[in-house]
Amino acid sequence: MLRIPFERLRLDNGLQVVLSPDPAVPVVAVNLWYRVGSRDERPGRTGFAHLFEHMMFQGSAHVPETAHFALIEKAGGSLNGSTWLDRTNYYETLPARYLELALWLESDRMGWLLPAMTQEKLDNQRDVVKNERRWRVDNQPYGDWDERLQAMVYPPEHPYHHSVIGSMEDLDAATLEDVEAFFRTYYAPNNAVLTVCGAFDPARARELIERYFGEIPPGPPVPKLPGDPTVPPVIGREVRAVVEQDISLARVYHAFRIPPYGDDRHYPAQVAAQILAWGKASMLYRSLVRRRRVAQDVVAYAFPIVVGSAMLVIWATARPGVDPAALESALIEEVGRLREVTAEEVERAINLIEARQLSDLQRVDERADQLSMFTSLFDDPDRINTELDRIRAVTPEDVRAMAEEFLGEHNRAALIYVPFGEGRSA
Amino acid sequence: MWFGTACGTMGTRPVAPIGGAARAAEDWDRATPPVVAPPGAVTLPAVQRHRLSNGLTVLIVEKRRLLVVDARVVIRAGAAEDPPELSGLASLTAATLEEGTATRSALEIADELDFLGASVDAAATWDATAIAMHVLAPRLEPALELLADLVIRPTFPEDGFHRKKAERLTSLLQERDEPRAVAARVFAERVYGPEHPYGRQAVGSRDTVDRIGRDALADFHARHYRPGNAFLVIVGDVDAATLLPVLERSFQGWAPGPVAASPPPDAPTAAPTAIHVVNRPGAPQSEIRAGLVGIPRASPDYIPAVVLNTVLGGAFTSRLNLRLRQEMGLTYGVGSRFHFRLGPGPFVIATAVATDATDTAVAVIRDEIRRLRDEPVPEHELERARRYVALGLPRRLETTAQITALVAETELYGLGDDYYADFVDRVLAVDADEVRRAARALLDPERLTVVVVGDVARVEAPLSRLGLGPVHLHEVP
Repeated sequence: MLRIPFERLRLDNGLQVVLSPDPAVPVVAVNLWYRVGSRDERPGRTGFAHLFEHMMFQGSAHVPETAHFALIEKAGGSLNGSTWLDRTNYYETLPARYLELALWLESDRMGWLLPAMTQEKLDNQRDVVKNERRWRVDNQPYGDWDERLQAMVYPPEHPYHHSVIGSMEDLDAATLEDVEAFFRTYYAPNNAVLTVCGAFDPARARELIERYFGEIPPGPPVPKLPGDPTVPPVIGREVRAVVEQDISLARVYHAFRIPPYGDDRHYPAQVAAQILAWGKASMLYRSLVRRRRVAQDVVAYAFPIVVGSAMLVIWATARPGVDPAALESALIEEVGRLREVTAEEVERAINLIEARQLSDLQRVDERADQLSMFTSLFDDPDRINTELDRIRAVTPEDVRAMAEEFLGEHNRAALIYVPFGEGRSA
Repeated sequence: MWFGTACGTMGTRPVAPIGGAARAAEDWDRATPPVVAPPGAVTLPAVQRHRLSNGLTVLIVEKRRLLVVDARVVIRAGAAEDPPELSGLASLTAATLEEGTATRSALEIADELDFLGASVDAAATWDATAIAMHVLAPRLEPALELLADLVIRPTFPEDGFHRKKAERLTSLLQERDEPRAVAARVFAERVYGPEHPYGRQAVGSRDTVDRIGRDALADFHARHYRPGNAFLVIVGDVDAATLLPVLERSFQGWAPGPVAASPPPDAPTAAPTAIHVVNRPGAPQSEIRAGLVGIPRASPDYIPAVVLNTVLGGAFTSRLNLRLRQEMGLTYGVGSRFHFRLGPGPFVIATAVATDATDTAVAVIRDEIRRLRDEPVPEHELERARRYVALGLPRRLETTAQITALVAETELYGLGDDYYADFVDRVLAVDADEVRRAARALLDPERLTVVVVGDVARVEAPLSRLGLGPVHLHEVP
């Protein structure tokens, strides 16, 4: 049903390249994944991978400050980057004829970032990132949920114990020496995947990629993850926290360790999240929002992360006047129904995941990002074509067994947000 | 995208190189950026215009290679039609369509959509109500029948109505916790005043939604949801000739009727510059909105306004972002835009800054507006803005949903079927005089409304010292 073509190559310096031509629309997406994320941060430097991502946009030896943005915008393109637990990505989408511009820009910061680095740039972006933290986390209702849940689900020595955004103290502590060391350790061609997707001639692209990236020297072997990436498959007991905030409505979060993304045992959790809370026919929407009217909204999401254990998060926001304890018992009861899930519910969920994937893949930037992801995480770009087979292989029995093994009290981190003054009753 | 058995892996179809800017191997130099060549021609979607026997206009774009279809019914009535005391009516009507029809219950609708792998999103903007469906092509026919049923025969059942109303009231309560939502609401109130529709919110307020009864929804539907007051856009893997009879069948029960169309809202009397601070004690950041009454979508100043906005705050390298973020580090980002509607929607600058930088940020905003009026924009900067807008057009034509949105916009605002044919050329022709004229006409620093949601104790005095205008204090509404 779905067949996205691609070819792979590897430059002598170790850079992995995926080319996926599609002449349909005259745009081209360039996407780079570096195998470095918040999981690689050392103690005292939380948030650094993300701060470093910002530094990658501040110019390199042959690209003046802000020129990266200016040149892409002048070509009518869009660009961004993002940092997550397992990776950092950089991408631009632009009219097809400007492919060379994007390759030149990406290669220059991969090979020649440090000559352009200054204390002033670091201090400036440190301030920007601290404002990003205020905007995303500190000045948002429930804004620190992922930070708190990660700390509850993963032990302190695990690479996922701390959040991507990091702490203000650690951001303050970052130095120019840190920037240099991080660049030399992780930003080498042998630790990256470059994908080009859209309207281009593969032969010409190969030539340009060899020209711009070929002369960048490989880096040393990438060090193993700090801390201890192994973790028991379940937490072993229930972990609870109640947080008072300046909010009108209470919210209940439940998080569970689940098998890591890529493991065959992970996919039942993806299907379970779909069954639980995606769409108005989903299990929790029907029961908690529509029938019992205890929740304003429900969300379920299985993090696609790969180190040791991934995490399934479910949340429900209480309707006004609903006791969060009552909402939580209702949530537990309804999630428990996954142990009796029907074949029809599973089939429907799989169809919906498939429909969403097909729609997402209309865009060249999404295709490029997924090709980079599958190559980076699993050394297998063809998973863009085969991943749905793993979803389709999930049986009702798999979902029931997953719920039994992972979604019980013995593996639950419960985080309850309540309005100020209501903490004791929760 | 390669769907279906006919299209195989790479090599089975010719790849058309779209090149031109590449340099020859012998004359490249890393220190010189590759030449940013002139833009290529943009291929616009070919729109086929039809009319069903009940008068419904149908706009079809055949994108045969993809296996998906987007279908969107657009009703030419949105939140601007809401009676002031029932603000939120158009939006709640749209949200309640899926609660039941003459032949389907809410659960049956949800089940059927899931079974078809289709999604429906019904929502009202200021100018229209759009019921949008996304579905895989093989299931288009039953999906269209369902879409038509939702549009033509909703029953607004008592139980479903109360559920949706309670949900809306709760989300309006939640809004009070969100600094961005509070800022948007207070900004609209202050720019347009209580008498103007744009001074309210399309989702209504807790007072007005509380007053809405089930009958008001049925009445809104009966008055506005008429084939002569609507159009249908379909984009994707369809064949118009075989689709039209299907559409006739699906929409045949939609009877023409009298249409109650109001003229678009006029511009209100602009208020003199003032700062409004909404108190959130202890807030680590101030959410700032600054702006004034803008222009309608159909205004001849549309293109200069878009280029002007790109120079000021519409892109990453816009002046406001380069100063507030890249030079001063005061914010994660700042952006601005004209909200183009049938009537003169607002122009808004939006940012969030550390509490102690609130006055500095407001001063920079004021200075940058003045600079656009006083000094011509240098050519290199203007060229970047023009090209960003003009050359970005192909990126807006990639997916069926994007094409649907563009076709619907063209039709709703009466821009003309060939509006985008010379769009690139017209944008690239905007010069510095035109931008300065637009700045002087559209951005009056004496008519600026500034809203700050933040810690009054820390921002009030510094904001007063700016001398920009009076500072008024408010509680969270």
